[in-house]
Amino acid sequence: MKTQRFIPFFLLALVLAGLQFLTQITDTSYYLTQMTMTAYYSLVIIGLCLVMGYAGQISLGHAGFFAIGGYTSAVLTTYNLIHLLEKGNSFVLFLAGKGLLVNGENLYGESLLYVTPWLACILALVLTALIAFLIGIPVLKLKGHYLAMATMGFGIIIYRVVLAWEIMGEADGISDVPGFTLMPGITVNGDFSNRIQNYYIACTILLVAFILLQNLIHSRVGRALRAIHGSEEAADAMGVNTARYKLYTFVLSAVFAALAGIFLTHYNGGIGPSEAGIMKSVRYVAIVAIGGMASMWGTLIMASVLNFLSLRGLFGSYDDAVFGVILIIIMLFAPDGILRLHIWQRFKKFKTGK
Amino acid sequence: MTLLDVKNVNKRFGGLQAVSDVSFTVDRGMIKAVIGPNGAGKTTLFNLISGNTPLNSGTISFNNKKIHGFKPYQVAQCGISRTFQNIKLFHDMTALENVMVGRHTKSRAGFMAGMFHLPFTWGEEKEIRHKCLELLELLEIRELADVEATSLSFGQQRAVEFARALASEPDLLLLDEPAAGLNIYETAEIARLISKIRSQGITVLLVEHDMSLVMDISDEIVVLSFGRKIAEDTPREIQQNKEVIQIYLGDDDVEN
Ligand SMILES: Nc1ncnc2c1ncn2[C@@H]1O[C@H](COP(=O)(O)OP(=O)(O)OP(=O)(O)O)[C@@H](O)[C@H]1O
Ligand SMILES: [Mg+2]
Repeated sequence: MKTQRFIPFFLLALVLAGLQFLTQITDTSYYLTQMTMTAYYSLVIIGLCLVMGYAGQISLGHAGFFAIGGYTSAVLTTYNLIHLLEKGNSFVLFLAGKGLLVNGENLYGESLLYVTPWLACILALVLTALIAFLIGIPVLKLKGHYLAMATMGFGIIIYRVVLAWEIMGEADGISDVPGFTLMPGITVNGDFSNRIQNYYIACTILLVAFILLQNLIHSRVGRALRAIHGSEEAADAMGVNTARYKLYTFVLSAVFAALAGIFLTHYNGGIGPSEAGIMKSVRYVAIVAIGGMASMWGTLIMASVLNFLSLRGLFGSYDDAVFGVILIIIMLFAPDGILRLHIWQRFKKFKTGK
Repeated sequence: MTLLDVKNVNKRFGGLQAVSDVSFTVDRGMIKAVIGPNGAGKTTLFNLISGNTPLNSGTISFNNKKIHGFKPYQVAQCGISRTFQNIKLFHDMTALENVMVGRHTKSRAGFMAGMFHLPFTWGEEKEIRHKCLELLELLEIRELADVEATSLSFGQQRAVEFARALASEPDLLLLDEPAAGLNIYETAEIARLISKIRSQGITVLLVEHDMSLVMDISDEIVVLSFGRKIAEDTPREIQQNKEVIQIYLGDDDVEN
């Protein structure tokens, strides 16, 4: 029983490793870059799947959370603190004393001083959780279209903020974001020599997040979330604190989005305002929808395939339009998604011989 | 001993006084019925008790504790469980899963425990499943455990909702028209079940239009008409109460 639970995850890990192996033997390891990015985007999408498919809520603002994570980390790890240190700023001195700052040098030999990526990452996650919490309290009182519009409004605000704020690099975004050394020898960055390692870092994070979410949806909390989806009034009457459960779910998925944003920013060495764009949010929602809403596996598969194709440029200049159209078609013709043809049920029956 | 104490409660919907200055008590261990013509305010009264609708004035206490102003989930946590007149099952969930949600207040695994599949949740999940299968057994729908609840027949859905309400081991069970839409056999079955539940120490407050059921099983009856309580007595007395006969049974359609 215990070990059986892990068989699908083990198979998933094998597939992910197998894909890397495939690029190696076919000499196509340039695919790894897009595959790594795909893993990070998929992390956002499985988090959103919990909100949409299980708790039955919607968020058209998840690109905003992704951006808050990515931008916070980018700003903190690129903003030069050397002048503040020279001026004797006590807070900067304190950080330096604790070993939370790193020295560097730019192309012109100027000395630089940044916050370490670890601290930046933690601060970015905390900030995102806080914002998601504060936004979630009023917004999650809304339902359906109103919730969609309110979260979209939030997303647009974040987009406008990163576009207008000088410290965020305005339309250019932030570049020269340093690598994120997770532990000696393991660094998230875009170095050519680090490509395989980074693919596995991204896949590990995705896999761990996926297992955590799978555990959650099969727990008491997961049941309560599905109950909220099924009938909020009845869930409430059964003692489920629906407002709190919806809020925690929202915050959790926002943190996943931020984590993806942080890692992808370090991987790409930068982040731009398009990551906060509304079309990104639409894309995330569309993929959850096509993955089958209440299907983590379907969503994961769809997220992997579609993001990869999109990153490979298959949809050309129609990229955003493709996802908009997907969303419309799904809503019209297959609100349960296309992967939900009960393949798993059939598979289970086959396995148990019934 | 008084379990539920409803005092002078009022509820208005715009200009409509749906519940008007209603007071009554429910003693521990009894079956009490609320009857009255359509639109008398019975469901509204239930919603006031369960916290689904805020009251305009009055007090409601349960186990000597004020519960008006509580959110529905808080009322549930106090030990009051309910069913709905228009069945509200969780769609896309099996009968068993529906009932398992009913066990929410009796278990504690939170987000962290769930995500990390902490060892204490293993036993808890097992206990929940076991207990809920027992309830399905009690309601004779054990074989439907893995069927999607909303695809069941009407009577079976009522049974699932019943089991779900019982899963929290409530002190007080509110049943809003448990026999509505059931045939006479199923109704007799429900009557037997309600008596059985009471014998397990659960107090029952029910709304019902089926007079034979009400007269059979209840210890006391409250009669509402246009939001007012017009009588409160034993079934025998209620059947002889002039005002009740006139207002309630005097209509051409006795069953309604
Ligand atoms: N949410 C609401 N908003 C406005 N009016 C309401 C609302 N809920 C109930 N009412 C009105 O309050 C009155 C009492 O309704 P209620 O549902 O409590 O009656 P009932 O006794 O349960 O009737 P029935 O036997 O038909 O179930 C009715 O006139 C109804 O139209
Ligand atoms: Mg009613």
